[in-house]
Amino acid sequence: MNDSLILRTSAPLLLWLSIAVSVFVLLRGHNAPGGGFLGGLMGAGGVLLYAIARGRVAAIRFLRLPPVAYCGIGLLAALASGLPGLLGEAPYLTHLWAFPAGLPLGTTILFDLGVYLVVLGTITAMFLALVGD
Amino acid sequence: MTAQLLLVAPLLAPLLGAALTALLWRRPAVQRPISLAATVLLLGAAVGLLAHTASHGTLVGAMGAWPAPFGIVLVVDVFSAIMLVITGVMAVAVALYAMGPGAAERDRAGFHPLFQGLLLGVAGAFATGDLFNLYVWFEVMLIASFGLLVLDRTREQIDGGLRYVLLNLVGTTFFLLAVGLLLGLTGTLNMADLARLAPDVDNQGALAAAAMLLLVAFGAKAAVFPLFNWLPAAYHTASMPVAAIFAALLTKVGVYAIIRVFTLIFAHDAAFFGPILAVVAMATMVTGVFGAAAHYDVRRILSFHIISQIGYMLVGVALMTPLAIAGSILYVIHHIVVKANLFLIAGAIRQAGGSFALARLGGLWVTRPLLGLLFLVPALSLAGMPPLSGFWGKLAVVRASLEAQSWVLAAVALAVGVLTLFSMIKIWNEAFWKAAPAGPPPAPPTRSQRLATFTPIVALAAITVTIGLWTEPFLALSFQAADGLLDRQAYIAAVLGPEAAR
Repeated sequence: MNDSLILRTSAPLLLWLSIAVSVFVLLRGHNAPGGGFLGGLMGAGGVLLYAIARGRVAAIRFLRLPPVAYCGIGLLAALASGLPGLLGEAPYLTHLWAFPAGLPLGTTILFDLGVYLVVLGTITAMFLALVGD
Repeated sequence: MTAQLLLVAPLLAPLLGAALTALLWRRPAVQRPISLAATVLLLGAAVGLLAHTASHGTLVGAMGAWPAPFGIVLVVDVFSAIMLVITGVMAVAVALYAMGPGAAERDRAGFHPLFQGLLLGVAGAFATGDLFNLYVWFEVMLIASFGLLVLDRTREQIDGGLRYVLLNLVGTTFFLLAVGLLLGLTGTLNMADLARLAPDVDNQGALAAAAMLLLVAFGAKAAVFPLFNWLPAAYHTASMPVAAIFAALLTKVGVYAIIRVFTLIFAHDAAFFGPILAVVAMATMVTGVFGAAAHYDVRRILSFHIISQIGYMLVGVALMTPLAIAGSILYVIHHIVVKANLFLIAGAIRQAGGSFALARLGGLWVTRPLLGLLFLVPALSLAGMPPLSGFWGKLAVVRASLEAQSWVLAAVALAVGVLTLFSMIKIWNEAFWKAAPAGPPPAPPTRSQRLATFTPIVALAAITVTIGLWTEPFLALSFQAADGLLDRQAYIAAVLGPEAAR
């Protein structure tokens, strides 16, 4: 891999920038283009750039958990998001909403977060398996 | 709440298993009990679901409360519930067996998350009431099964895996084409809605074309003639627990899908599809059994027998009589148990004799008489010897063929049974009966490994004997499932409401 000083130096900044953007896209996704899938791809893009700039080991250190574990957390979140609806006789994945002080909060965000984490985990797991140190 | 929870529980159990084992990616030792617990949960949920559907009728759930035919519905009738129960039985058996020799390497390669993912795909395919959703579950299954197939990362496995993926991709492309055609013709992909609208479609030719595309897509999954070549190429490279769960479930999902769409959506045109399916069924039986006769590797022989048995399962949908469909369902139940057990025993033969090749095996009857007896139960059952489970399955299928005056079908089914016996005797003679070849025996497995290997084998053999000696409840259940499949209006009414049915 060609070692570029500019890329190495700017990598952490770009990483956090893409994660911030990806979270914005994730939250925006309910009513506008975006959502968990797009957000997850963007977040994964940041991690991949970091891995290219600083190497695979540094990227894994940043993630703290193995990438597949992110898929696990995401699947758990998505699974859990469908359960509250079951309490009220409704079918699975019936989402519930609450409006504390006018802020719309639904269990859908948990589902979207799950999708985000599964996509992030899958893409980084595949990429980090292919990239050299 | 309880009914809706019960409906999704067979999907949530493997999903939970997959999530937790993925979360604990670096702790294979912890993954093992979680994986086993998830399969037990799956089995328990499926049994509950079968009890519920058998007494209260078809259970329907509109996911996310989006009503049918616009949202995705899960529809579990008696047939689906039977398939889910047998999935649960196989899942528990294989999860136990996978704790035997080789477990550490498999676990490190990610066996458990992939295994749970596969179970999720299979359970989803059995539970869904939406054609496109079925496609999605097929993809879930395909991704997980590809990972499982190349678990050991050897050259042969990747070769077999590539063939498997390639043929399945072609198959799913046909599936997508058919889905597009059906959506264009009827404007819906909900299976109940399709069944309601299909008889009134003006362009019945295009509908038949879509049906044939679906037959190719599901036939490739089920490994029917002439789309079976990938199966022996892929299965004989996989590690034993993986081959067992594949042999038990993957082709049967294809069979399930064929039975489901041809009894539900295309039933009004059964006179046209029946003969085609009958020819496919006969060709599948014959090629499979001849392929098995020509091979001398235990895994290849067993793989070809999967193909030949798939033919019996198609007889029901070819004849469309209650007895024929009930016979097919009984055959599927029996076959899944027996076939998976034979693969598990092949793994045990390899542990005892050090090889899968018949030429390098021998003398096991002297050293392992118990293994020999355990082999005979599923082997004779597969060949259809009374009083084991295979006899009743074959009896129902052959009798239904005779009642429908399909003499050729009945004759082929009987002849293939005899040839199956020949293959099983071949394995018996070579592996157990002839003198042991020279060479040191392989290292004996530890006590806990032996326990993990033999508990599922004995349990599945016990199920085979039980079905054989105490057939009535299983046959009654098969008849109930067959009646449910033939009563399309009840299915439509359950999903879309009573006013939609005619």
